[in-house]
Amino acid sequence: MNPVEHWQERFAGIEPGAPWLAARRQKALDAFVEAGIPSTRVEEWRYTNPARIAKTAWEPAPVGPELDRAALEQISYPVFACSVFVFVNGRYAPALSTPPALGGHLGVSSLAADPSDENLEGRLASVGEAATPFANLNTAFFEDGAHVRIATGKHIEEPLHLVFVNAPGDDPIAAHPRVLIEAEPGSQATVIEDHVSLGAGSSFTNAVTEIVVGENAEVEWIKVQREDPTALHVSEMRARVARDGRLTAHTLSFGTALTRNDGRVRLDGAGAACAMNGLFVAGGDQLVDNHTWVDHAEPHGTSSELYKGILDGRARGVFNGRVVVRPDAQKSDASQQNRNLLLSRDAEIATQPQLEIRADDVKCSHGSTVGQLDQDSLFYLRSRGVPLDEARDLLMRGFVSEITRGLSVEALAERIDDLVVERLGMARDIPEEAR
Amino acid sequence: MSEALERITKQEYQYGFVTDIEQDTLPPGLDEGVVRFISAKKEEPEWLLAWRLKAYERWVAMKDDSPTWAMVDYPEIDYQAISYYSAPKPKKQLESLDEVDPDLLDTYKKLGISLDEQKRLQNVAVDAVFDSVSVATTFKKELNKHGIIFCSFSEAVREHGDLVQKWLGSVVPQGDNYFAALNSAVFSDGSFVYIPKGVRCPMELSTYFRINAENTGQFERTLIVADEGSYVSYLEGCTAPQRDENQLHAAVVELVALGDAEIKYSTVQNWYPGDADGKGGIFNFVTKRGACRGARSKISWTQVETGSAVTWKYPSCILQGDDSVGEFYSVALTNNCQQADTGTKMIHIGKNTKSTIISKGISAGRGQNTYRGLVKISPKATGARNYSQCDSLLLGDQCGAHTFPYLEVKNDDATVEHEATTSKIGEDQLFYCQQRGISEEDAISMIVNGFCKEVLRELPMEFAVEAQNLLGVSLEGAVG
Repeated sequence: MNPVEHWQERFAGIEPGAPWLAARRQKALDAFVEAGIPSTRVEEWRYTNPARIAKTAWEPAPVGPELDRAALEQISYPVFACSVFVFVNGRYAPALSTPPALGGHLGVSSLAADPSDENLEGRLASVGEAATPFANLNTAFFEDGAHVRIATGKHIEEPLHLVFVNAPGDDPIAAHPRVLIEAEPGSQATVIEDHVSLGAGSSFTNAVTEIVVGENAEVEWIKVQREDPTALHVSEMRARVARDGRLTAHTLSFGTALTRNDGRVRLDGAGAACAMNGLFVAGGDQLVDNHTWVDHAEPHGTSSELYKGILDGRARGVFNGRVVVRPDAQKSDASQQNRNLLLSRDAEIATQPQLEIRADDVKCSHGSTVGQLDQDSLFYLRSRGVPLDEARDLLMRGFVSEITRGLSVEALAERIDDLVVERLGMARDIPEEAR
Repeated sequence: MSEALERITKQEYQYGFVTDIEQDTLPPGLDEGVVRFISAKKEEPEWLLAWRLKAYERWVAMKDDSPTWAMVDYPEIDYQAISYYSAPKPKKQLESLDEVDPDLLDTYKKLGISLDEQKRLQNVAVDAVFDSVSVATTFKKELNKHGIIFCSFSEAVREHGDLVQKWLGSVVPQGDNYFAALNSAVFSDGSFVYIPKGVRCPMELSTYFRINAENTGQFERTLIVADEGSYVSYLEGCTAPQRDENQLHAAVVELVALGDAEIKYSTVQNWYPGDADGKGGIFNFVTKRGACRGARSKISWTQVETGSAVTWKYPSCILQGDDSVGEFYSVALTNNCQQADTGTKMIHIGKNTKSTIISKGISAGRGQNTYRGLVKISPKATGARNYSQCDSLLLGDQCGAHTFPYLEVKNDDATVEHEATTSKIGEDQLFYCQQRGISEEDAISMIVNGFCKEVLRELPMEFAVEAQNLLGVSLEGAVG
């Protein structure tokens, strides 16, 4: 059976929810069926072949196994145990979650808990223009997710930690986690999305996150993806930033055999700002593909992007960043950087920083580099008695520090730093004084 | 400032005139018969006819597949409405300029490129292609002394058939792309250059192309072969008379540099860009590619693109030989409704190959200027190095500047860098100049020329002057 028909057939088994949601799901499925699975002839998928995802007959993820807290803490970062929302196979697991002490100013709810919520109707799947095939698939199939709402003018000190656990069984499973973050005017919050696997097995995560940043609001969104090396992961983040709002998005990818992240931000009001930072570390046969799209739709917008990649083994990396400045978006300031380290002969990178400028009073720049660890720096360290491996680790930590430094959650930054070294198979004890 | 802009947008195309010469023109339309007609007309050998027919076959197979990925927008071209052959009536063999049609000489005079003057003062050999057939070749004897072959393509087919057969299509094969296939099937004439082993060409070789007959597509074919250890600098420049109907120009240029050879190819392109409303103008769809076949060979492209309604052009280098070098220096200017999608491809195959890309885009009026480039480092290209810089200057709030670089790196020992910036002429820069008594126009001209300096200095002297004038003419006072 071809993959599109397969999805159509599975759609019958989905609990559609409220009538408006059912209609929206059907529309998304129709759009998905019509477009089909993109081929590599489609420019957006030039370097990442979706056929690899399409060839498996994915089953909607069943209700996950009963997990105990200890198992979760093994795979997640306990530093955030204070406020955790856990989703297993795309469904909320209240037993594992410890919601923060909520005042009236912060609402976190499961999308499945009250899908008839009329408030959701106008908001879900409302961010951005025409959805991509996989985002449509998510809208058709998502069973649960998180809805985060920060009330006007409220600052949430403690980061909200959303953990998405993939627990594959015998069948290949597909989970479609969904997140909607709404920051009302003048509010501020940090949301961490942590995607992890519990045990190996064939799994496909197709995540969609929508972020609405209100006027003068500030959202920091951190997505950490550390799924099993056999997993496949596609995600899309769509954000709309209102006047003087600010979005900081971090996309950190470590796991899976194939990862494709799409980040699309529309600066929708004068003076809106966004920073998109990304880090990808891949080895073996991994493929990591990051696509970003910043749309300067209004004047005085600021955007900055920094994506850094480290590729070892036979890993392949893709970066495609697009900055569009519309005709009326004068005084826009956009910068974009993609820096890549290739550590092995067989690693590959394809990078395309793109600018599309239709206004004249703008400051736009982009840059892309591909290189190796600096031989002179290595030599310098070794001449001072630092063994080769440690010297390499040090330089690697230096390379990623530009990204980790940007994380407002310090404890997380430290863990990411270690994870990089670990992922590259070079985890060793580095004497504290050498750091 | 807006008046200044207006003045520019209303500037008449300076080189718009028509030379009335009897044409031997084929009726519009393209089929196998036309290909055979062209080949027969030019008394071509059997192999070349077969080669053309194969190209025609490829083109027919691609018929509905003309490239749409470029960021240019133009009406669909009716290939059956174009006449594929036009030649001035054959004249007897010419030995000196006196024998050249005085109308023609006059045309060149208007362009400021009198053959006479060039011959005496500038020491430049000019192979002037008037429409499709070469009618004058100078300095042949001087070049002959060095064993250099510089002649029209038709003549090369007759006199040096083996060389042409050996290299034709070796860099741009017949089925390479839609426009290259079309060109391969119906190319009318062009230039052929062969520099023998170890020879340094004593002068700049130059060809001026002109499109003259109405409804006549121009399908130039240029082939330059630099044998081991040789050097040649080649200049190409174009101006075309004003026309209301779009004219198609689909040229192919192939360069081959063998071991230690160097080819420097410079272009000033000033085809008719259409009027202020985007009516008319040339469609310039060109395939240019050079192959650095031998070790330590070098190919350098320099282009100043100011004309054409639509430009679709990617001069490229295939760096096969170890330690070979590819360079691309470009200034592209779009004004009024002009659209340019141009850039380069640097394909690194050999070890320690190096490439440099400097691209300067200037957009004014409603012009859309796109840089599109590929840097590809193959797994074998150990030690490869690339540096790319793409800067855009915006003049006016209705124009666009776009950058689409592709970097594909498959070797960990390679170093690749790409940088791009987009900006406008700063009010403070203008103010600084003006308060020191420099007029606004001069100030803009200075700033634009400064912006393009890295490219312009790569041009040979004669061209550098012309290019600076062209930029000046197109942009006086144009500031947003």
